[in-house]
Amino acid sequence: MAFLTCGQLACYTNVLVRKFSSSHRNSPARKAAPFVTEQTTRLVLPSHIEAVADAAAAVTGFIRNCGAPDDAAFGIEMAVREAVTNAMVHGNHEDEAKSVEVVFNCHGNELEVEVRDEGGGFDPTVVPDPTDASNLLKTSGRGIFLMRTFMDDVQYVPRPEGGTAVRMTKKF
Amino acid sequence: MAELNIRERQAGDVTILDMEGRITIGEGSVALRSAIRRLLEEGKKKILLNLAGVGYIDSSGIGELVSSYTAINKDGGQLKLLSLTQKLQDLLTITKLLTVFDAYDTEAEALSEFK
Repeated sequence: MAFLTCGQLACYTNVLVRKFSSSHRNSPARKAAPFVTEQTTRLVLPSHIEAVADAAAAVTGFIRNCGAPDDAAFGIEMAVREAVTNAMVHGNHEDEAKSVEVVFNCHGNELEVEVRDEGGGFDPTVVPDPTDASNLLKTSGRGIFLMRTFMDDVQYVPRPEGGTAVRMTKKF
Repeated sequence: MAELNIRERQAGDVTILDMEGRITIGEGSVALRSAIRRLLEEGKKKILLNLAGVGYIDSSGIGELVSSYTAINKDGGQLKLLSLTQKLQDLLTITKLLTVFDAYDTEAEALSEFK
């Protein structure tokens, strides 16, 4: 299922794929609400900052459908906000001709998020530790730190077609 | 509705900004920056940020708090924080910024610490 959604200032393409468990088909408790075993949502956002809120709203709704507990939602939304912001600002340099693609997938109790930009590549090892005393008064540079704090795993992968994909996972 | 609403009041020579909403990249961070800049231009250099109504802050918002702190200090003023929500307190702990900011639970306590 694919549909166009408009947030406050941005429109994005949202592709929602849900897989349902057939083993629950005959369960009376599952007749009204089929058991979702896997769910995927894909967003394509323009590279302007206002669209970060759209990605945050999308992931909040998505993880609710996946059964994530409320106490995990804050950190997951934070990690997605930071990854999308980095993709727009540092990856695509807010060039609105370039898109940021976000894919959410959950299966079982694990969430995977991939955020793809069309930038010139990124080496996360060059980002200094923002909690080092010499960096505490810096006004930026905390996004990746927060992503790593709130997610179980964060990986940066160069995309063959150019740009960077950041892959994050979280079990809840 | 604006992402961040800021209401200003005065307690002696301390300006209190009651903030409600989100301090995130874009509108929220810009609103905080503009408010601090305006106060410094007006010569108001003792500033207490009441964050009780701030339910969400991202790295840009955290950066804006740091930027406010350094701008006010550079101008010979003082910035203190009031009524951090548990989430904001956790974030400032994780980022080690609670070692930088003076944060208080009550307004009376915060006001008494301004010099």
